[in-house]
Amino acid sequence: MPWGEFKDTAAERRLFQRRALVMLTVVVLALGGLMARMYQLQIVENDTYTTLSDKNRVQVQSVPPPRGLIYDRNGALLAENRPVFSVTIVPERVEGMDDTLSELEGIINVSDQDLERFDRRLHEPRRPYQEIPLRYDLTEEEIAKLAVHRHELPGVEVKAELVRYYPHSVLTSHVLGYVGRINREELQNIDAVNYAGTNYIGKSGIEKFYEKTLHGKVGYQHVETNARGRILRVLERENPVPGEDLQLQLDLRLQKKAYELLDGRRGAVVAIEPKTGGILALASVPGFDTNKFVTGISVDDYRELRESKDKPLFNRALRGQYPPGSTLKPMLAVAALDSGATTRTKKIWDPGYFQLNDTGRRYRDWKRWGHGWVDLKKAIAQSCDTYFYGVAVDMGVDTMSGYLSSFGFGEDATLDVSGALSGLLPSREWKRAARKEPWYPGDSVNLGIGQGFMLATPLQLATATALIANRGQWVEPRLLKDVLGDDPVNKVLPPETHEPLKLKNPSDWEYVVDSMAEVMEGAHGTARRAAQGAPYRMAGKTGTAQVYSLEEDEEYDANEIRERLRDHALFVGFAPVDDPKIVVSVIVENGGSGSGTAAPVARAMFDTWLLDLKHGEDSGKVSMADTKGAN
Amino acid sequence: MALKDLMDSGSANPLGRPRSIWTTLHLDPVLLVLLLLLICSGLFVLYSGADRNIEVVKAQGIRMTIAFVVMLVFAQLDPAVFRRWAPWLYVVGLIALAAVLVAGVGAKGAQRWLAIPGLPRFQPSELMKLVVPMMAAWYLSRHYLPPRFSHVAVGLGIVLLPMGMIIEQPDLGTSLLVGLAGIFVVFFAGMSWKLISAVFAMVSVSAPLMWFFVMRDYQKQRVLTLLDPQSDPLGAGWNIIQSKTAIGSGGLEGKGWLLGTQSHLEFLPESHTDFIVAVLAEEFGFIGMGLLLTTYFLIILRCLYIAATAQDSFSRLVAGALTMTFFIYVFVNVGMVSGLLPVVGVPLPLISYGGTSSVTLMAAFGVLMSIHTHRRMLAA
Repeated sequence: MPWGEFKDTAAERRLFQRRALVMLTVVVLALGGLMARMYQLQIVENDTYTTLSDKNRVQVQSVPPPRGLIYDRNGALLAENRPVFSVTIVPERVEGMDDTLSELEGIINVSDQDLERFDRRLHEPRRPYQEIPLRYDLTEEEIAKLAVHRHELPGVEVKAELVRYYPHSVLTSHVLGYVGRINREELQNIDAVNYAGTNYIGKSGIEKFYEKTLHGKVGYQHVETNARGRILRVLERENPVPGEDLQLQLDLRLQKKAYELLDGRRGAVVAIEPKTGGILALASVPGFDTNKFVTGISVDDYRELRESKDKPLFNRALRGQYPPGSTLKPMLAVAALDSGATTRTKKIWDPGYFQLNDTGRRYRDWKRWGHGWVDLKKAIAQSCDTYFYGVAVDMGVDTMSGYLSSFGFGEDATLDVSGALSGLLPSREWKRAARKEPWYPGDSVNLGIGQGFMLATPLQLATATALIANRGQWVEPRLLKDVLGDDPVNKVLPPETHEPLKLKNPSDWEYVVDSMAEVMEGAHGTARRAAQGAPYRMAGKTGTAQVYSLEEDEEYDANEIRERLRDHALFVGFAPVDDPKIVVSVIVENGGSGSGTAAPVARAMFDTWLLDLKHGEDSGKVSMADTKGAN
Repeated sequence: MALKDLMDSGSANPLGRPRSIWTTLHLDPVLLVLLLLLICSGLFVLYSGADRNIEVVKAQGIRMTIAFVVMLVFAQLDPAVFRRWAPWLYVVGLIALAAVLVAGVGAKGAQRWLAIPGLPRFQPSELMKLVVPMMAAWYLSRHYLPPRFSHVAVGLGIVLLPMGMIIEQPDLGTSLLVGLAGIFVVFFAGMSWKLISAVFAMVSVSAPLMWFFVMRDYQKQRVLTLLDPQSDPLGAGWNIIQSKTAIGSGGLEGKGWLLGTQSHLEFLPESHTDFIVAVLAEEFGFIGMGLLLTTYFLIILRCLYIAATAQDSFSRLVAGALTMTFFIYVFVNVGMVSGLLPVVGVPLPLISYGGTSSVTLMAAFGVLMSIHTHRRMLAA
């Protein structure tokens, strides 16, 4: 059959046209339906989708304020912020964490420590979409390499972040403290809004105490981001209020001197300006590099610091609680005179020991054959134990405890020194509560030479010595000198709380000061060698504290045992005698004798402050002006 | 009937007037203008959808030029040529589809391409978009119309065989378009309404069976996602949520050319291919969408007119089916992007980036122009 049978072409065309009309109707209805859908989305629900689109596009980001800087009293920078480029990961935006990490390892150098730290932070609680740093301190080459690969790595960003840096980290480690990443506990206690963009918080020292002042106020910016969270432009910005800069009482040069004087040994030096209570130097040796803690110290480094037998993390100046030994004698002398337990003229015969009664135990003087006839001045100058044994028993524990507490023992008298311990001031009540025993007269005998239960920190000893230097005027130790911002210093510095110590006979102060000067100047003064040739007069008191026992889990080799069983050497003092500019307390652990080891350290501190740094006679007026400014 | 009048009055050469230049060139000026308008404005949208990548626009321009040439070539051929060739092309097409299933190449778990040494890679399923309706039209127009039941059955068989092979690739979007192209032929041929109703009833009944036995998991997922995009907002629902957001945030007038945030900030996926209409809706708003759909409607209207005025059944059936296929492209794509239909890989015709479908579509328009301009001087 050729093409087609006989066909009714007209009928077929009509049939087709009817069908085409049906289809045209379908098309009109369908396209009309699509237009209706568009009307619904674009006109009726326009607001909803505009909001969604803006929410997609615009994100509010918090801008962390730059942390306030810290200067010493001369304007030397102690803590600053440095821009550090780090590579960070937002886990929510990463497609495969393992793949991303291994790809990053191919691009930049990532150590096992970095990975371990990253992994730890990944499993800590954190804000959603908060980035986690993987590696800090990228080199320019690494930044460039990452820029090339950034499209293959969603969720990975190079961030410029201001990170705390301590230019003199080891020297100032125990004064400034350090900042570190906000941890789980801190996260619950901080103001979530103000810290929304902040990653670091003061962990110890000044950084911790003045956290609020140093931190500043968070800012905001509305940014346009793409679907991968990359910021394309800033639409609106409210700038953060930077943290306020702090000026400390600390003198970096004196601090450096203090550290160097003890370098290689273990100990602490505290120097206080007696007029203001300003802490001029506060060194605990050895120190440690605080910069390592800022971005997160590695487990190995931390273990090394922790397990070092020199305990570099231990702040001896604030937290080292030692028996004060004979350095307590000037304070006890003040107590004895004022309470009437002794007089300036009273003399005793020292046979080399003291007995509570004729048959009792003999409490030995350090000088086995005795000092002979001894009055209070000689007892201080030559550190006669027998004299103080007797005076202590005459005063009794209640009187001693009361006076010593006026000197700031048994409390943290500091204004802004974070983490200072209060030592241990024994009393009848304390012994009953802590030891379930009554106070025995023998306990008073021991307390009379600063041994027994009594414990004090080097900072407390310096504070008590400053009270003598000030002839009863209290100055609480403080680190802050000035706030270099809007806040007046007394707004952030806690108020002073101590009343002056008023003696019945105020001239007793001069008597005790003279006695302490005798320690340095007298023919038999215990620290006379340390004071030789000084162009100014100084007052002081030596001391030794017995090392009772080793902790069970500590292991030392034979030579070290001998070295570490030696007494701690102590010294407290001030200079010049008549117009004190500097109070110093020194402890050298296992240093042997206070006169031989600790006193020379104090002398060097005096020299540096009074002679090298010229805070001698003529600078008195400046100091007075400072006093007013600080108060 | 108004429509009939309109169609008759537009007949190309009713009174033996001298052949116009358009007839000589075998082009239809109305359709040509509409297509060029669509293609050119499409390139502007593409520039925005591809995030100002001029290379993409250039590549698309080259493809569109090639497609345009293909249209010109097809327009020169007499419809009788298509009719003669239809069975042979159909057989070749089936063989090619079988070859794809055996030795095809492709990506993402689907084999769609056939790579024959010495020839450019091609997608046999694209070819079938033209060949299946021609074959069905060839078969049905050999007989009286409306067709008898047995003819309908054979006609549907002609359609369903390649459709099934394409589903196997798997390529749901293309198989849908190929199948519908063929089914439209059967419909236009005059398949009885009773039969149509019966088929609809069968489809309704078999739909649940399809769900459980035929549809693949990813296809089911697409349907579920359509019903509740929020069930997986970062996964499968992402596309729908973001494209609806793009469209909805466009409002009446749109955000302006190149100013759509959804696409330029990369929230909208596939913004220069399947989802390009969302870019247009975001940047040109309800007005832009109105203009786009109006353009599509005018093209469809013109093509249906061409079909209705064609001189023989084969031409009518082919023209009608190709027109409706074009419509299906538009409807499925816009419906999918606006969240009315599940996500199926169907591009927005002549605007989405991509070569193969554009060439096929322009070839179809070439066929339509051929039908309109090759007229025998017979009394109607």
